[in-house]
Amino acid sequence: MTEREAEPQAPELPLAEVTARKRSRLSAVWIIPIIAAVLGGWIAVQKLLAEGPTIEISFASADGLEAGKTTVKYNGVDVGRIESLRVAPDRQRILASVQMAPAARDWLVDGTAFWVVSARIAAGGVSGLGTLLSGSYIGMQIGTGSERVRSFTALAVPPVVAANAPGRYFRLTAANLGSLDFGTPIYFRRLQVGQVASYRLDDDGRGLTIRVFVNAPYDRYVKNETRFWQASGLDVSLNADGLDVRTESLTSILIGGLAFDTPADNADAEPAAADTTFELFDDQVSAMKAPERGSIRYVLHFDDSVRGLAVGAPMTFLGMPVGEVVSVRLDADRRKKDVSVRARVLVAAYPQRFLDVLADPQVLTGGSKAITPAMRHALLDGLVARGLRAQLQPGSLLTGQLYVALTYVPQAPKATIDWHSDPPVFPSVKGSFTDIEARLTSILAKVEALPFEAIGRDLQQSLATLAKTLQDVDALVKRWDGELTPELASTVAETRRTLAAAERTFAGAGKAVAPDSPLLAELQATVVEVRRAAQSIRVLADYLERHPEALLRGKSEETQE
Amino acid sequence: MSTAEPASARSLGLAGCEACGLVVRLPAADGMDHCPRCGERLHSRRPASIERSWALAITALVLYIPANLLPVMTTNTPLGAVSDTIMQGVVELWSPTSWPLAIVVFVASVTIPLGKLIALAYLLLTVQRGSVQSNGQRVRLYRLLKFIGRWSMLDVFVDTFVVALIQLRPLMWVEPGAGVIFFAGVVVVTMLAVNSFDPRLIWDLPHQERHGHD
Ligand SMILES: [Zn+2]
Repeated sequence: MTEREAEPQAPELPLAEVTARKRSRLSAVWIIPIIAAVLGGWIAVQKLLAEGPTIEISFASADGLEAGKTTVKYNGVDVGRIESLRVAPDRQRILASVQMAPAARDWLVDGTAFWVVSARIAAGGVSGLGTLLSGSYIGMQIGTGSERVRSFTALAVPPVVAANAPGRYFRLTAANLGSLDFGTPIYFRRLQVGQVASYRLDDDGRGLTIRVFVNAPYDRYVKNETRFWQASGLDVSLNADGLDVRTESLTSILIGGLAFDTPADNADAEPAAADTTFELFDDQVSAMKAPERGSIRYVLHFDDSVRGLAVGAPMTFLGMPVGEVVSVRLDADRRKKDVSVRARVLVAAYPQRFLDVLADPQVLTGGSKAITPAMRHALLDGLVARGLRAQLQPGSLLTGQLYVALTYVPQAPKATIDWHSDPPVFPSVKGSFTDIEARLTSILAKVEALPFEAIGRDLQQSLATLAKTLQDVDALVKRWDGELTPELASTVAETRRTLAAAERTFAGAGKAVAPDSPLLAELQATVVEVRRAAQSIRVLADYLERHPEALLRGKSEETQE
Repeated sequence: MSTAEPASARSLGLAGCEACGLVVRLPAADGMDHCPRCGERLHSRRPASIERSWALAITALVLYIPANLLPVMTTNTPLGAVSDTIMQGVVELWSPTSWPLAIVVFVASVTIPLGKLIALAYLLLTVQRGSVQSNGQRVRLYRLLKFIGRWSMLDVFVDTFVVALIQLRPLMWVEPGAGVIFFAGVVVVTMLAVNSFDPRLIWDLPHQERHGHD
């Protein structure tokens, strides 16, 4: 309490009332700064806790990256930010120091990948359009490793397939890349079911291995017998059915694509294991006809030339394709006393195709889907006994290509299928080229049938008529020389000139036209025309003979004459 | 007591009731004094003035740290979100065209709050030391502190306006940051600290001072 002096000068002032004081020293006001300090400290701790690990990512280029701005995104969520960019000591790479979110602490393991995401028009479509406005960002994919890593090397190309995407990888071998690229779509029945994940040149440089990813659940449609082919662009073919245009999708026209399918009789097979290797075919037709399962090989021996018989040439049964040539070799036959060398043609026959062209396959197979070997042996033995033989036949007169035809040869020497050798030997006969002969004969017959003599006669006759007509006209002109109207005079003169020219031409033609000249037909038509013209002129001349006044007055009034 | 010194209500043992204006004599008895007319507590000096001022000034200083370290404003655009602290805002404003604005913001948001705290600390220190020098200047300083107080909220006001006006979702919008709350805290606590300070203490003589100041 304050020491006060009692002041007698103001006795009229009221006295303050006094109550007992609660002696609580150290003012409660000090709680306020303590609260403030605690609050500040708590925020600082929060800040420190919110600070995740700092990592270093090495990029080939800092293009599109900005310190303090570019973020790291995991599936679209910001999980970090570039703090600073600097050039690596070797001056080859750019090192970015990235402040990650605390939640990302456990994700920074080996296998975790980073890459720059920017707008990109590439196989698989246009991606990252959002980055046109927001700038590039760094994509992240969490690895499966367990060891914590603090420095990473960014991928040059964004991974096409997310690490945890359900599905399976397969390998395709191809001669060249074509228009494929990362992300090139893969179609199954025109539905996009996967994409090209990566590719690399084989070590020997002879081909490429393409790694494709087929998403679940479509991966189970990839069987061991599945065929992959390039579905790039348009497949336009003109065949007996008309114009056939095939494409998997509009995208595949632009950027190419792959497609796969499984031959119908293998559709129920087990799905192929992951990383199974398949061949990549150029188109669907070659993919689907390539060695089918269940093909049965036969050997054919020919004594005649196999020039023009290519691998893949068809084998037909009464004209229907049932197989193809697998290889063409020479073969030495030691069974005879003297060694003979002949052509050995290995063919693959497809029983399924044979069944497909049968109108009623049940008759043969008894309801089952395939022919059993016993059935086949009996059937073929029967056919051979009836004269069925393999024969080389020309497929095209122009190119000289051959194919193997299974036909009935009448009076063929007796032969059987040698089931004991492997592959079995099917009896063959010397190729008959009667086909060519028949065609040549028919062409010759047609050529012979051309009416050369008649044409010649016509020509002679026309020339004679022409000469006579010219004489008549000349006589007319002479008789009325000076009396003709100038128009008619000039017309007559013109006609005469034309006829004279025609005469010259025919005279020349008579000599020039050889019996085999292609001009003959045309000439014949001309001859007819000229003959008609000559007749008209003769009619005119006759009329003028009887009615010379017509030249002056015209013909109309004299019709009753 | 020296007669050379001018008399104060306190030196005469008097006090004015702050509620009803009644002037009363303070009895020598120990205890709390109350106005006989309205019952209001009577103080010849604001109770625990220096202590409270110090406490509040220190609070303000503590709050001043997060106010400057935390962002006051987050600007969201399609290009991303940018959070600015007060100093970052000043740096961003510092351009050939808007540097006067940068100076205004810097002065209002950084210099003045800190200056007020320093000035208050100076007043408190001099009063505690019983200094009798340049009393007139110190009172002018006190009046300046009281006057400036209400204008220090400039930054908070600007922040509030910007946040309220720029809401063009999804193109652009501005969100307040935690820093602005601490900044408002600094300003309010500083005003309270200045209010807690009893300027009459400037004029109290050292020997009186040492006895207390209720
Ligand atoms: Zn009162």
